[in-house]
Amino acid sequence: MIKLKTPISEEEIRKLHVGDSVLLSGVIVTARDAAHKLMIEERPDFIREALKESVIYHCGPVVKKDENGNWQFVSAGPTTSAREEPYQADVIEEYKVRGIIGKGGMGPKTAAGLQKSGAVYFHAVGGAGTLIANAVKKVRTVHKLEEFGTPEAFWVIEVEDFPVVVTMDSHGKSMHKEILEKSTKIAEELMG
Amino acid sequence: MELKESILELLRRAATDLSPDVEAAIRKARDKEDEGTPARNVFDTIIENVEMARKQSTPMCQDTGSLVFYIDFPVGDTEKKYRDAIEWAAKEATAKQYLRPNAVDPVTSKNSGNNVGVNAPYIHFHQWDKDEVRIRLLLKGGGSENVGTQYKLPHQPINAGRDLKGVRKVIIDAVTKAQGLGCAPGTLGVGIGGGRDTSYTLSKEQFFRKMGQRSERKELAELEVQLLEDLNKLEIGPMGFGGKTTVMDVFIAAQDRHPATFYVAISYNCWAFRRKSMTIKEGEVYYD
Repeated sequence: MIKLKTPISEEEIRKLHVGDSVLLSGVIVTARDAAHKLMIEERPDFIREALKESVIYHCGPVVKKDENGNWQFVSAGPTTSAREEPYQADVIEEYKVRGIIGKGGMGPKTAAGLQKSGAVYFHAVGGAGTLIANAVKKVRTVHKLEEFGTPEAFWVIEVEDFPVVVTMDSHGKSMHKEILEKSTKIAEELMG
Repeated sequence: MELKESILELLRRAATDLSPDVEAAIRKARDKEDEGTPARNVFDTIIENVEMARKQSTPMCQDTGSLVFYIDFPVGDTEKKYRDAIEWAAKEATAKQYLRPNAVDPVTSKNSGNNVGVNAPYIHFHQWDKDEVRIRLLLKGGGSENVGTQYKLPHQPINAGRDLKGVRKVIIDAVTKAQGLGCAPGTLGVGIGGGRDTSYTLSKEQFFRKMGQRSERKELAELEVQLLEDLNKLEIGPMGFGGKTTVMDVFIAAQDRHPATFYVAISYNCWAFRRKSMTIKEGEVYYD
């Protein structure tokens, strides 16, 4: 098991390969559809510092405010990453992001972006909402909450030992592509 | 217990407490994978998460889905009574964080913030002759809904004709295309026949079967068993990481079709297969 903490250098990221299990700690940022659209169309600066050498998490959490008025994550598994395919490579380059956490993997444009910018795709366990929320130790701040709503806002969070697997690395390899090719071949055989 | 409060409890149970038959299927799938493989690790994480969610009474998955209710009610009751109780319960469950706000106006993209909106929650009403009420609930996740699909037979690209052989082919095709995207291992509901709308409706109703409960029609029961074997040969595995279990069960039903049409609707449910039911009998509430 590899342990990594944000900010992550390009050198550390280039050492990772498809199939590596990683426990991730440090500050990361949730962003999904509305956030990615905004980052490309308006390139806002408010999120620049939090994203530099950090990780974007494709997640729309369930949150609550505790008795002291602080935000807490209640359930926070990954959402499907494929929807961000049109934006992701540009977001990585623009904001110098070192990793994406999501589920389902991403396409060729992102794969090329990971290779070019020195970043990886980490796969979290879809549906493991409670377990991952327990790895979120603190909510630092939230952006665009009013405008985008809870699931779509940028949540800047501190995580500890968030379990993920590298399924797309910075060397052009993708587990998703391999499984797709293999299973498609088996399906063709089954259908005769 | 008041009706609205009993529905709130149904929502809480559905979101936080995975049904025993589904959990048993996940544990069985875990035991088939070798120690140290990504597939085995995924199953271990899933099981740990299911146990934590039950203990903490928090949603096992942050996508608490679209709320789909199926209500069978006795003569003399009004639909409004149930609709009002469900809307109250949905708002309350959202405020208590059993549910994430998941109702978005597609015109303005505004989230209602409380899971109530146009056709949200969606309620299927059915009046019956019994003197009791049955309320069934499906929390249907969005990621798995996106991999659901409908075929019109014949389907040329894979030579799927208008018979059960053709049905088998399109189901294999759909699961191959879904890969891990619907949070595999999935459970399939399949509706054969009917129209565009009713084939999907039939496919979703199959999700109220228990794991392992075969169709009462011999041909369909055989097809279910055959497909379970076929689909697990694909080795897509949990989350699409490769592995021995790609689907946990396949539930197929058929209804009469128009001579000119032959639809096959395939609904995919994620591993977090959340459906619960309750019965109200002589004022007492029973949860399944």
